[in-house]
Amino acid sequence: MPVFYGTEIASRLMLGTAQYPSPAILAEAFRESAAGIATVSVRREAGGEQAGQDFWALIQDLGVAVLPNTAGCHSVREAVTTAQMARELFDTNWIKLEIIGHADTLQPDPFGLVEAAAQLSEDGFNVFPYCTEDLVLCERLVEVGCKVLMPWGAPIGTGLGLNNIYGLRSLRAHFADIPLVVDAGLGLPSQAAHAIELGYDAVLLNTAVAKAGDPVAMAKGFARAVEAGALAAQADPMDPRDMAAPSTPVLGKAFL
Amino acid sequence: MTSSFTILGGGVCGLAMAAELSSRGAQVTVIDPHGAPGDHACSWWAGGMLAPECEGVSAEPEIVQQGRLAAAWWESHGATIIRKGTMVVALGRDHSELATFARRAPLATTLDRDGIDACEPHLAERFSKALFLADECHLDPRATLIALNDRLAQMGVASEGDVRGQVIDCRGLAARDALTDLRGVKGEMLVVRCPDVTLSRPVRLLHPRFPLYIVPRSDGVFMLGATQLETGERHRATLRSVMELMNAAYALHPAFGEAELLEIGVDARPAFPDNQPRIRRIGERIYANGLFRHGFLLAPALARMTADLVLEGETPEVWYEDHRER
Repeated sequence: MPVFYGTEIASRLMLGTAQYPSPAILAEAFRESAAGIATVSVRREAGGEQAGQDFWALIQDLGVAVLPNTAGCHSVREAVTTAQMARELFDTNWIKLEIIGHADTLQPDPFGLVEAAAQLSEDGFNVFPYCTEDLVLCERLVEVGCKVLMPWGAPIGTGLGLNNIYGLRSLRAHFADIPLVVDAGLGLPSQAAHAIELGYDAVLLNTAVAKAGDPVAMAKGFARAVEAGALAAQADPMDPRDMAAPSTPVLGKAFL
Repeated sequence: MTSSFTILGGGVCGLAMAAELSSRGAQVTVIDPHGAPGDHACSWWAGGMLAPECEGVSAEPEIVQQGRLAAAWWESHGATIIRKGTMVVALGRDHSELATFARRAPLATTLDRDGIDACEPHLAERFSKALFLADECHLDPRATLIALNDRLAQMGVASEGDVRGQVIDCRGLAARDALTDLRGVKGEMLVVRCPDVTLSRPVRLLHPRFPLYIVPRSDGVFMLGATQLETGERHRATLRSVMELMNAAYALHPAFGEAELLEIGVDARPAFPDNQPRIRRIGERIYANGLFRHGFLLAPALARMTADLVLEGETPEVWYEDHRER
């Protein structure tokens, strides 16, 4: 099971808490998913007098680790301020660092990300950077103190799955000792299973569950998918080959 | 069974409750410290769509079933209901939103450009495909609340006096003192005047990030709604929310760019964790609350079931919690 900054989490599934039809469905989806971490957007719900506390109380009641995020931040300063606010509100050093570089595609800003990650790490935060699968960017993030990397599968909310399997695979090979999480872009459990089969430690998703017609059933589907993926990764899967090989022994016939 | 009631709260929940009880012969007093309907009530800021099929895309089936009875109830209590249906559109690259919506709103029919042109010519300039929910309706919330309040006065419903008989608490978010699982869900809305656009019915613009509905009022006035944020704040519209609503309206039709901004409204909807309303008995008091974004859609059902309970002793078919612990 994944270990993030010294804390072992009992699940490979991390779920966002936005866009569910109701808090009751959110809670039920979490129960069925057995997700170990809930991400919460601090910025949007904060309000003038911290009036979002009812919702935060619901999140705390889920009984899972809370990973506040800086969703919706477009600059280093904004993200750092939001992280500091999140630390106060949730009493945690963990922060999912998200800095949007392109408003339309929600692509992360790699330059701002490194700068903010350096500042936050310096300030004692445990940074979970939402990044692309760019190897050099990921190296820089590790250099400034990140001990987890969270590359996207595809842009946020698209449900397109793993867009660059080669890139994700080479990242895994390059960072053998860093926990890796595919964050964003997943739409189906099979895509989550694929990420875990590639050796990723966990997946983080939100829209795929929250916007499904039946979020609770979809949460259950993702729970089983990450379990299946983990079993496959441990089982030393066969390598694909070009020649067909009958899996049933054929007796009494000569080789052709 | 008692036939004398005091209703606390004069928003859509309290007034519908008063109308239902009074029309069934009960003596009713409505007490609201703010007096007549106005901007203190969450329902003052409502869209006024009676759109159970559209809501059913993300709401529970009970809300759809009970909501389908709303239009007839409002009409029988003197409200003006506009029966023009709902149109649902999406911008070019969001057409998958339209497909999802159509699957989840089985009564939706598909319109091509000619079909759109026949209903909303201004939108045919912009959209070649839309969904249509023919049986949905809308009303003007403020006019409806004021008219209902006047009608209640004519029917002999008192708007001040001592608390007497059975107390029915319809105070919305103010009832949090007793309903600990009630929370506020902030909403921001705009009212604009835009003589350059004519719409005859509510239009929903599907968007993965900035969904919007526009409800036409009279005299070229439109209500643009609404954000939905998990905070109980009842004031302070943010620039971002207002910008998103304006942007979405501008995307629906660029003529909204020339609209006059009349109002920026903010309030918080009272909601229980499953976003469904409740009739709850705590001690001697009955609470009707948690209408969330479905005030005008579900107040009739909540009023009818509460009246069945207090007048006939019938247990409500849904949303009832008897003698719940605090």
